[in-house]
Amino acid sequence: MSKSVIVIGGGIAGMEASAYLSAMGFNVTLFEKDEKLGGHLLNWERLFPTKRLGSEVLTFLKKGMDDKIKVHTNSNITKINSENGKYFVTNDNNEIFEADALLITTGYDLFDARRKEEYGYGIYDNVITSAELETMFLSGKPIVNKQGKVPKRIGFVHCVGSRDRKVGNVYCSKVCCVTAVKQATEIREHLPECETYCFYMDLRMYGAKFEELYNEAQEKYGVTFIRGRLSEANETIDGSLLVKVEDTLVGRPLKMTVDLLVLMVGFEPSKGTKDIAKILNLSTNSNGFIEVADEHTLTNVTNLKGVFVAGTTTSPRTITNTINDARAAAAEIACYLNLYTIQSRNN
Amino acid sequence: MELTGKQNIWKDYQKEIADDKYFYVRSCVRQNFFPGAETTFLRILKDELHKDIYEHPCHTTCTGIGYHGDVVPFDTAMTVIARQFALMTEAGYENLVPSCVTSFGLYSEVLETWHHFPEVLARVREHLRKATGREFNIPKNVAHASDVIFKFRNEIAQKAKYKLINTATGKPLKVVEHIGCHYSKMFPAKGVGGAEFPYVLIGMVEEWGGEVIDYPERRHCCGFGFRQYLVQANRGYSIGCSHKKFESMEPYEPDMIITNCPGCPMFLDKWQYAISEMNGKTYGKNGQGIPVFTFEEVAGLVLGYDPWDIGLQVHQVSCEPILDKMGIKYDPATKYLGKNGKYLGVPEKPSVLKD
Amino acid sequence: MADFGYKIQEDRQINYDSNDRTLFYFLKRVEPSISLCIGCGTCSATCTAGQFTQFDLHKIMLYVRRGEKVHIANEIKKCMLCGKCSLVCPKGINTRNIIFQTRKFIHSNK
Ligand code: SF4
Ligand code: SF4
Ligand code: SF4
Repeated sequence: MSKSVIVIGGGIAGMEASAYLSAMGFNVTLFEKDEKLGGHLLNWERLFPTKRLGSEVLTFLKKGMDDKIKVHTNSNITKINSENGKYFVTNDNNEIFEADALLITTGYDLFDARRKEEYGYGIYDNVITSAELETMFLSGKPIVNKQGKVPKRIGFVHCVGSRDRKVGNVYCSKVCCVTAVKQATEIREHLPECETYCFYMDLRMYGAKFEELYNEAQEKYGVTFIRGRLSEANETIDGSLLVKVEDTLVGRPLKMTVDLLVLMVGFEPSKGTKDIAKILNLSTNSNGFIEVADEHTLTNVTNLKGVFVAGTTTSPRTITNTINDARAAAAEIACYLNLYTIQSRNN
Repeated sequence: MELTGKQNIWKDYQKEIADDKYFYVRSCVRQNFFPGAETTFLRILKDELHKDIYEHPCHTTCTGIGYHGDVVPFDTAMTVIARQFALMTEAGYENLVPSCVTSFGLYSEVLETWHHFPEVLARVREHLRKATGREFNIPKNVAHASDVIFKFRNEIAQKAKYKLINTATGKPLKVVEHIGCHYSKMFPAKGVGGAEFPYVLIGMVEEWGGEVIDYPERRHCCGFGFRQYLVQANRGYSIGCSHKKFESMEPYEPDMIITNCPGCPMFLDKWQYAISEMNGKTYGKNGQGIPVFTFEEVAGLVLGYDPWDIGLQVHQVSCEPILDKMGIKYDPATKYLGKNGKYLGVPEKPSVLKD
Repeated sequence: MADFGYKIQEDRQINYDSNDRTLFYFLKRVEPSISLCIGCGTCSATCTAGQFTQFDLHKIMLYVRRGEKVHIANEIKKCMLCGKCSLVCPKGINTRNIIFQTRKFIHSNK
């Protein structure tokens, strides 16, 4: 009988790893807490840097999911036991599933912007998150602020909940810079009259074609980049926002009113990731993500034998890197279950 | 604006406020700035709320002004504060209530220092012992006077004779609240509602019928800043801060300003005069300016105390527009009579600001 | 008006709402590469004038962008038009042309 793998978390990494593992002949069971597979990708209209539709990537991922994969949606894991190299996973229906290996792909949650009190998210009408802007794009409805006005000026605040000791997240979330650039250009496409401003500390344009998108944002779309971190946002009498920022390059403080303020919220280990870490006693790193056995060479291996990880469960990353990581995890698991000699390197 | 968002933040910053047996320490400047404020506080606590509140005749300044003005070193400040604690301990009290926001900030800073560096506490105990032979206990609870009024805002509302309501229109008065920087900017967890959206004054205003205005420069300092004001050459900076705030609140047409700090009401009140004399501009309706009050004065008004008893005649911006709006009866003829019935004299009229 | 020995201090903030950015829009039209500046300062580092005066090209370009015009007319005169800045700019911005055009704009708006 072929060996079995349980994958926990049906986002990009979980779907792609399941597809590969099933294709390799393993019995795969995939658990997803929500109703649908796809995770955060379901809420994103277009993807950087190409601005292709997120739904296209989702379609691709779904095509990989053959009929043999047993998918359990709306299913949370409550207990995991291990015995003689086997894992027994209990879900909230009190069903018990058995597996020879586990793959954790519980991923990230977006930072709760209310924790940056000074920006007034959840209080001021026109402070929204990057995810909410994406929802507006997805809805296909006209872009308007809470008062129903077409915005004339929109500000994007980078690094909200990332690179910020005050909220306890010192790491860079990697995707929000380029997302801000993407969204600012999209705003210019939707609303050519609307000025767009990115307030950044550093622009992290490390990926293929990111820098090109940035150049395009400057030259073609006229997005203005101001290097400085917002100290606060305040609502004005007409519902627009007065933002205060140090224009570090000029070396002076700057104020400006914007009609919509978009907070580029970063990644945090998801509740699911934290729960599973607790259930299994998985090591976490200083940022709260799952610790990998070796940062360079064993990026899908955890402190527990037979438990593997992939995607944003271990650190923020792009979709491209998540898909690669999922495939790498599938290969790693195959080596483990098939006892390939290359496995001996891991010890 | 989403009020529920603010309420969620307020929930995160609840602090413990003792409910009786207070040791009150006065501010060194407030009695000159707004002479009725502290006596009004004592009157409310004793006569209305029937609390045990005690002031020690030997207590001194906390040195906060000297400390923030860079003339008193931290060790000296800590020792003076230790002496206040010794007086409190000797009198048998455990709940400290400073009248001044800067004192409150400094007490919090000192206690926080001692908490993290017990060796500093030991050193201060030694200093105090050598200098005065006194010993002290650390207070069980430290609450600013505005915290105490906040705690009993409902009781005050139940006894209220007047509300923060415009009796002519029936609408709530529009109130700007201004929190002293040292109340919670240094230690957000020590302030009711935290530092970004403090709730302490809002709670009072709403309970007493008013409506709070949130304007863009709400979080900006009044500009007192000790060194800024104390050096004449820096006063342009000080007044610049208040000016920025007035310009920002002006479109909301506030009826009044309520504060919880010694410096803020002083400067928000007096700078309105200076600004009007410098550039001819006034901020309230009819050239009268926006009246500025301390929270004790507002509580006193709500409770129906005589405006001249709580010291409103020494305000620069006239309080009469608010008295009229709230429907408070007052006798203009007794405005400038002292507590002993003697005539105090009428201040010179400003050339721009109307009364 | 009364003299108290002090004045209401001028606000130091760059007032983005009221500042006049016509010079920047003009430059964007005639030399679109100005938008690419990331303020890396390589131009200033190599600048001859900058070695002897307070002249600082990347800062001037920023002032232009923000509509802060106060010192620009005086500052821009200090450039010797040697062109070294264009040589070193990692973004390939035609800085020399920007200086030319700025002078032209200021001259024609006198
Ligand atoms: S990607 Fe950019 S916005 Fe996101 S955390 Fe990193 S530096 Fe900040
Ligand atoms: S520039 Fe100011 S806010 Fe930013 S890290 Fe330095 S001290 Fe902190
Ligand atoms: S005045 Fe400025 S520098 Fe001083 S404490 Fe306040 S914020 Fe900090």
